[in-house]
Amino acid sequence: MDYFIQIVTDLLPGLNGLPQWLVIPSIMFLFGALIFTGIAIYSLIILWFERKIAAHMQDRLGPMEVGGWHGWLQTVADAVKLLLKEDIIPAVADRKLFKLAPYIVFLAAFAVFAALPFSDKIIGSELNIGIFYILSVSSVGVVGILMAGWGSNNKWALFGSMRSVAQFVSYEIPIGLSILVVVMSVGSLSMRDIVMAQDGGIFNWMIWQNAPFNFIAFLILFIAGTAETNRVPFDIPEAESELVAGFHVEYSGMRFSIFFLAEYANMLAVGIIASTLFLGGWQGITGASSAPGIGLIWMLLKGFLIVLVMIWFRWTLPRLRVDQLMYVCWKVLVPISFFNMVGAGIWIGLSS
Amino acid sequence: MPDLKTEEMVVQMGPQHPATHGVLRLEITTDGEIVRKINPHIGYLHRCFEKHCEELNYHQIIPFVDRCDYLAAMNNEHGYVMAVEKLLDIEIPERVEYIRVIMSELNRIASHLVALGTYGLDIGAITPFLFTFRDREKILDLFEMTSGARLLYNYIWIGGVAFDLPNGFVEKCFEFIDYFLPKLKEYDDLLSYNKIFIKRTAEVAIIPPAVAIEWGITGPNLRASGVDWDLRRDEPYSIYDKFEWDVIVADGRVGVLGDSWSRYYVRVLEMEQSASIVKQALEGLPSDENVKSAVPKKVRPKEGSVFFRSENPRGELGYYIISDGSDIPYRLKMRSPAFCNLSAISDVGEGLLISDLVSLLGSIDIVLGEIDR
Amino acid sequence: MESSEVFKLIESKYPDALKSIDLEGIEQSVTIDVNSIADVCNYLKTESELQFTSLMCLSGVDYEDKMEVVYHLHSLLHDHRVTLKVELSRDNPKLPSVSGVWKAANWHEREAYDMYGIVFDDHPDLRRILLPDDWEGFPLRKDYVVAEKYRGWTIRKIKEGFE
Repeated sequence: MDYFIQIVTDLLPGLNGLPQWLVIPSIMFLFGALIFTGIAIYSLIILWFERKIAAHMQDRLGPMEVGGWHGWLQTVADAVKLLLKEDIIPAVADRKLFKLAPYIVFLAAFAVFAALPFSDKIIGSELNIGIFYILSVSSVGVVGILMAGWGSNNKWALFGSMRSVAQFVSYEIPIGLSILVVVMSVGSLSMRDIVMAQDGGIFNWMIWQNAPFNFIAFLILFIAGTAETNRVPFDIPEAESELVAGFHVEYSGMRFSIFFLAEYANMLAVGIIASTLFLGGWQGITGASSAPGIGLIWMLLKGFLIVLVMIWFRWTLPRLRVDQLMYVCWKVLVPISFFNMVGAGIWIGLSS
Repeated sequence: MPDLKTEEMVVQMGPQHPATHGVLRLEITTDGEIVRKINPHIGYLHRCFEKHCEELNYHQIIPFVDRCDYLAAMNNEHGYVMAVEKLLDIEIPERVEYIRVIMSELNRIASHLVALGTYGLDIGAITPFLFTFRDREKILDLFEMTSGARLLYNYIWIGGVAFDLPNGFVEKCFEFIDYFLPKLKEYDDLLSYNKIFIKRTAEVAIIPPAVAIEWGITGPNLRASGVDWDLRRDEPYSIYDKFEWDVIVADGRVGVLGDSWSRYYVRVLEMEQSASIVKQALEGLPSDENVKSAVPKKVRPKEGSVFFRSENPRGELGYYIISDGSDIPYRLKMRSPAFCNLSAISDVGEGLLISDLVSLLGSIDIVLGEIDR
Repeated sequence: MESSEVFKLIESKYPDALKSIDLEGIEQSVTIDVNSIADVCNYLKTESELQFTSLMCLSGVDYEDKMEVVYHLHSLLHDHRVTLKVELSRDNPKLPSVSGVWKAANWHEREAYDMYGIVFDDHPDLRRILLPDDWEGFPLRKDYVVAEKYRGWTIRKIKEGFE
């Protein structure tokens, strides 16, 4: 953040004359707006990607018309359409909850980005408990989903939100346990320290350390992360063929698109967290580069790669059942990640 | 909290719900996620088919028959015209019989492809749906080539067919068979033996053979329960006795007999057999016969009644026709297979999870046009 | 087993129930007395020689002077079929339900009730099935006249000359 403030004040020297209490919050707000715009643009791009990838996996072309070249403007047109659509609130809905819910869901997804290190310098807030903050803030989103499900006054939405809450709460545990493995090896909760510890090229990345414990932790984090973002095969809160659309069944237009945005923001967040923890963060294959933009590009590339794998899942796999989802979590992922953590602890203890 | 109590919740599944394949409404009483009671409401697509039939002459009924089971219109026509021909007691040229069998079996493949694809959708796999529709498209092209229509053909007429096969049809059909058979492997890889798919369908919603017979379940659903019964072999109509093929009966290779997976997989294997029948029929197709030579100018059956059933992709399709000697049927009752298959759902579906109910409903492959008529 | 042999068996078991046998035409059928249809059906299903395990079809028919319910039975085990008929009065069409014998009869009987107003005694759930619950009249009866309105909506008449 300091770096960003410095850049802005360098660019606009007139700001130095203004009082600090005014300048700092406005620059912070500017940073937030940048991230928000970034998420929105990223969502449009990744959505187009998803549709094209899905189409080619399914032997068809996907959007080809809007914008000329391979329908690249299709998602922009869709976004405009969603924004212009009528905003319908069911007559019997709990209006307050109904209106508030999408913002809470999005807020939780958005707040995570404050602690994500996009590069050496570009980081919203350099917390010394960064990963802890991310874990706790992201779980606020579930409150929004519950509000959406309850506020809609629709039984399918209620089913969806109940499933979602159960899923969120359960999958937090394997995520936490697998993150602990990294935290133990690095000895810090700060995102920056974790990246710095992986300095020096691809073989120093955390995923190869403490073999094989970190690799298992990465897999668990990835699987549970897919579940946290409600993606196939864990998309039972939305389960279109069972629950119509789950918790957002009554939402339309703008409010629906905010849910949508939150889902894609969460996917990117999972990608970035996983690559920060295990894939060397902003460092390239050969190690960190001193050029300013390179770190950001590496980070986004790694994040995108993980998002693409999630997309690949979605167009290949069927959906699990509720009880099977819980089974996977409590009887497979939790025990494995627990023993993995213990094993990693012993390994670290012996090797130090 | 002493006042806290739980109660069952009534949920309306449908008439607009993605898993109900049309406009079926299931009024389900749920205890959490468990379905305690199912009360199906049908009739949203009722078009007074049987009342219409009492106003129309025998030829004019054929387009209406198409619209009953719109996914297997050829099979519906085939069953209907055979019933009327039995009432009229007329002989059909052999080439016509071959063409009819080719069309019916192609339509059976097309119908099963829809069943498999939409079943994948019900379980959450989206890609197989597009794969099956891609292949179905090729069958529809063949139908378009022959009859000019892609969904509702009005092709099989009483005593004949509307048009002879066009030039190049036989070659194109052979091409399709050669293209199609390897695709079955693709479905197996992508869906049938997918671990999650098996988890969702095997040992789910089991219909034991006794229950299946009791409820009048027929067709692939009955064979999935292990009952070896296929009208095409056991009461051979048309020229089915001329071909070499197997009746597919589930063996419970994954899960148990009569579960959703068996119902799904019987259809996959049946498509292979249908393709083989089509191939044999194409090879044995007699040449140069007038396909309309036996079409009667005026259909006026003698007084009497006939009950004729044939093997539709969804089960046994029966027509009960009562003639009073005029050119309009006095009464035409259609025993639609999906109607009987669906009636078992309130019995079989109790105690399942909502997700499993979707799995059951998808696996019995209903077409509401035929249930509601 | 031929239909005529089945008829003979029924005749020997239930001599009073059998009203007439029709061996003419394409379809041979037997007419059973209204009150004993459920018993006869039960006998046909359970008798080891017959075992008519499946009810293929159950249809109502309206002949302007009487009503009829037609049962098409089939045995998967012995592969034989038989057609039973029951004649009913048009004013008060009422007969025992066979849904206790074959569960498949449940919806078929509901349909017959829906279309013809035939009442099946002891049916577990006799309601309209295809038509809305508040529909008036029984459409497949030959003397059915389409109502002018349904819930305030005008029902359009079929055009003259439509065939």
